[in-house]
Amino acid sequence: MDPFIRIQNISKRFGKLSAVDNVSFNLERGELFSLLGPSGCGKTTLLRILAGFEKPTEGYIEIDGQDMANVDPADRPVNIMFQSYALFPHMSVSNNIAYGLKRASLPADEIKVRVEELQRLVHLTEMGERKPSTLSGGQRQRVALARALARRPKLLLLDEPLAALDKKLRSETQFELVNIQEKLGTTFIVVTHDQEEAMTLSTRIGVMDNGKLVQTAIPNEIYEQPVTRFVADFVGEISFLEATVKERIGKHWLMDAAAPIHAIGDKNLKSGMKVSLAIRPEKITLTPQSTGSLNEFPVDIEDLAFYGAGTQYKVIGPDGMKLKVYQSHNQPSQANSKKLEKGFVHFLPESIIILQG
Amino acid sequence: MHSNVPFMVKLLAIAGFGILYIPVVMMMIYSFNRGKLVSVWAGFSTKWYKELWSDDVLLTALHNSLIIGFSSATISTILGLLIAIAFVRFSDFGGRLFLSLFASAPLVMPEAVTGLSMLLLFIAMEASFGWPSGRGVDTIMIAHATFGMCFAAVVIQTRLRNMDKTLEEAARDLGGRQPFVFLSITFPLILPSVIAAWLLSFTLSFDDVVIASFVSGPGSSTLPIVIFSKIRLGVSPEINAIATLMILVISVLVMIGGFMVLRRDSEK
Repeated sequence: MDPFIRIQNISKRFGKLSAVDNVSFNLERGELFSLLGPSGCGKTTLLRILAGFEKPTEGYIEIDGQDMANVDPADRPVNIMFQSYALFPHMSVSNNIAYGLKRASLPADEIKVRVEELQRLVHLTEMGERKPSTLSGGQRQRVALARALARRPKLLLLDEPLAALDKKLRSETQFELVNIQEKLGTTFIVVTHDQEEAMTLSTRIGVMDNGKLVQTAIPNEIYEQPVTRFVADFVGEISFLEATVKERIGKHWLMDAAAPIHAIGDKNLKSGMKVSLAIRPEKITLTPQSTGSLNEFPVDIEDLAFYGAGTQYKVIGPDGMKLKVYQSHNQPSQANSKKLEKGFVHFLPESIIILQG
Repeated sequence: MHSNVPFMVKLLAIAGFGILYIPVVMMMIYSFNRGKLVSVWAGFSTKWYKELWSDDVLLTALHNSLIIGFSSATISTILGLLIAIAFVRFSDFGGRLFLSLFASAPLVMPEAVTGLSMLLLFIAMEASFGWPSGRGVDTIMIAHATFGMCFAAVVIQTRLRNMDKTLEEAARDLGGRQPFVFLSITFPLILPSVIAAWLLSFTLSFDDVVIASFVSGPGSSTLPIVIFSKIRLGVSPEINAIATLMILVISVLVMIGGFMVLRRDSEK
């Protein structure tokens, strides 16, 4: 079966600069897909291409079997929720929501019913006559969402939907957004630079770097199996160790880093190859004494930060090797870590991500 | 809060406003003078205002000025709006810089030069295809519209440039097409500047002497030209009375404009 949305080899060049570089991915109906990347990585340009405000230099977009190449933004089954919300300041909340419906030349009484329905959906029933300037940030965001959903788009694009909200409101709104998305079954593409937001919202994430889509996967896979150093570094905390492949021992690869490290990787490694080893802070165990485990070495504790549920340490191993270590406070009797100045770290060979190039 | 303002600053402010407005107030007071002399008070009277209504020359000039003001301000505003849209929304056409310099040149050009060049143009036009036949209300109107257009363009451009462009994109995304997007979103949002541009053009036209004296003809004298020629025969309180009325009309217009701008801004 053909995918619901097909984005194929999309490139956008401004002069010599490639804002979007050969991006391809498919979406199923009802997916909540996040485009994640730092500012300037081309994610907003890609969004504008999908909405029809920019013409791609190359490539092909198909939504529900329909080629979008020559379709005006006004006619696309796509709506966008702008980062600034772009509410019409001279119109009331209900007129903002009704704007798109009036353009679809629906009968007036049906528009009224639909607007009320949408106001209920975003919990703004009492606010219909208010002007956007009199609303709070969270309320404006919901008006923008209701307005973008009004035409029942096949694809809804959200540009940094939560960026303008404060932290507490953000997590509430996040769940609300997912609820509405599931209720309506609309396909969403969310653009964000916030990896936490992408993780909690999405069914799948596409990580963009420098105009290229470097990895597309479910959140878990993005976190556990990043394919490039950029993805590993951008999503969550991680430490990198430079190493050379030494030899294959059983199922393990022995790596020559500042200390010998055993890692598991079914990649086509050869001895002598230079690789980066990446490891998440929570996969490392810090102990006061040596436990005699594999991949263990002594460290000096340089710095620590207490997070309540856990503590993050910065440690220095042999040959100045820097590691971030996160220890969860899941044991009632944790060693008083403040006094700890030296210790040992160890980690499992399967916790190591081997990155080539 | 005002207690924090240093004494010198207050004094300067009072002096500044005094220099601006004391002469105007004096002029207004003397428009109610019973005597014929402008500088000697001889008791209160409104006779000069009554006399205005029987002065046909003045009334004709006022009539001309109003017609020219309204029509040239309207033309200026429409053309200025088009210029502003072209420069702000279609910013990458060829020769843009060249054109924008040309569009704002009349702002700094001496009015005598504008007036003279207009006069020469009208004469050349009449010689080559017979229109306009002689100078009159229509030629002043055209000259004022050209002149006011540049001011209108500057005023509207500023507002349009500050307007969030994503509002138009949002409207388009929601199925709006031009010119509907312009009429439903852009125009209401820049309306205060359009009104301000109209008022500015009207005011410029209403008190222009220099350009009008180049391109006016017999019977088409505007109010400022008539006042100017009357002063040469000696100032009478009648002039004070006209001037007072002009100030009243213009202040009412400016206040309406200012009020509309304020109300729009408070909605934001």
